[in-house]
Amino acid sequence: MKNKGIYLLLIPGLIVISLFLFLPILMTTLPSFIGDNGLTLGRYVDFLKDDYFMSILIRTLRIGIITTIICVLLGVPVSFYVAKSNPKIKGLLLAAAIFPQLTDSVVRSFAWMTILGKNGIINTLLVSTHIFQEPHKFLYTESAIIVGSVYLFLPLMIISMVGVMDSIDDDLIEAAESLGANKFTAFLKIIFPLSVPGMIVGSVLVFTGTFTAYTTPQLLGGNQNTVLSTLLYQKAMTLNDWTQASVLSTVMILITLTVMFGINKFASKLYERGV
Amino acid sequence: MKGNKLFVFFVILVYVFLCGPLLIIITTAFDSGNIMSFPPKGFSLQWFSHAFHSETFMTTLGISLKVAVLATLIAMVIGIPAAYALSRNNFRGKATMQSIFLSPIIVPGVVLGFAFFRFLTLKLQLDVFTSLLIGHVIIVIPYIIRVVGSSLENLDFSIEDAAMSLGATKLKTFFLVILPNVTSGVIAAFMLAFINSFNNVPVSLFLTGPGVSTLPISMLSYVEYNYDPTISALSVILMVMTVLIMFIVEKTLGISNFAK
Repeated sequence: MKNKGIYLLLIPGLIVISLFLFLPILMTTLPSFIGDNGLTLGRYVDFLKDDYFMSILIRTLRIGIITTIICVLLGVPVSFYVAKSNPKIKGLLLAAAIFPQLTDSVVRSFAWMTILGKNGIINTLLVSTHIFQEPHKFLYTESAIIVGSVYLFLPLMIISMVGVMDSIDDDLIEAAESLGANKFTAFLKIIFPLSVPGMIVGSVLVFTGTFTAYTTPQLLGGNQNTVLSTLLYQKAMTLNDWTQASVLSTVMILITLTVMFGINKFASKLYERGV
Repeated sequence: MKGNKLFVFFVILVYVFLCGPLLIIITTAFDSGNIMSFPPKGFSLQWFSHAFHSETFMTTLGISLKVAVLATLIAMVIGIPAAYALSRNNFRGKATMQSIFLSPIIVPGVVLGFAFFRFLTLKLQLDVFTSLLIGHVIIVIPYIIRVVGSSLENLDFSIEDAAMSLGATKLKTFFLVILPNVTSGVIAAFMLAFINSFNNVPVSLFLTGPGVSTLPISMLSYVEYNYDPTISALSVILMVMTVLIMFIVEKTLGISNFAK
């Protein structure tokens, strides 16, 4: 089959993706660069100067960064434990991480609404035990979005890190321990550095996922905590302000691509240097 | 490290965090009370009956299933030949081709939704169902390429040469020799693509219109204005579906393949 025929197999897919993915995206983003007098970056300058937009952009980035850090702190040790468990327990623990990952995001956010809500589980518990006199506002806050996002993306971190941990040779840990390192030191000095490239790849997935998520900020953040994705929906569908929606689209694509390619490049450099 | 009690405790806590919320949803779905409450007041199936008798939820469930199955099948027809071409050959521009086929997952969901809305709904004036279908085909193509591609990578292509030297045509070789050897990958790809289409919110959000909506979108608008265990009951139904899908993937490709 080593002939030109192989390209024929790619053509249907290329046509579909060009026509229904690249064309719509170009048609959506390009007009935001065209003003009355030809090409312009004016709308993007306005965006950067606008305090309201900037506060939303910064909030979205902040939620993404905090969520990513928490996912690393929780996910890395857990994935190490999962990877080094005996096969039966490992399968069970992996399944317990994959299950929420495959569950609908509306269901997962709804679960946190019942936990954090005004009459939710935490408030009921705190009020009935007289720790609080009246319900505390947990839901519709930035923290609620962060908790919901960690819940949404921690499985992804664990699942992708288990593969990385699997490939770390057990002998290395034994060697470190036989040379006198305790378990914690062995983890910190051997496992942790070896898992850095995988951690970076996992972090990119978590960050871009959180950065672009719609359901969780919509349901757990309420109207007070708009993020870029919910703002884009508002602008496009509620306010019919397509120009600003286009500007937001470009901004979201650019940030996602920068993070993906920039950080993955950084990770592969680290890898080459053998850190 | 594994013997460390504190470490085990930490792992257990993380798993409570991962599984607890869904377990709570399950208990509220079987509650006999009139409002969301935890712990539940008693056992009843009233919320399931409520969910099954809701015309909106049942119609949108039907639409979600139809869109997910059709979009996955179309994506397979487009994606499997491409995955084959990408894994069988080394040619110039292969890496670029690969990233083109995987690019739909890189674009933020709401941006895709907005772009589809402007192109499919406004420009081409397609009806809601067709727009939804096209949008979902695009978002599931990467899953087909990745999962089928990785099972093709593991295939020993000498069987293909053997079949062809015995006189089978290229097409015959593909359908009778290659495809049967990657069945498990194809089934797993179907399941993953299906669940990702079924669960999609951001793209569907922009494409649904009056009368035609998907289940996650109707659930989303329901919980924004109502707060009762109907959604819990629906969630339990969806969880059963998820477990079924995980079971099939486990039996075909093996669930540990997710960790690669």
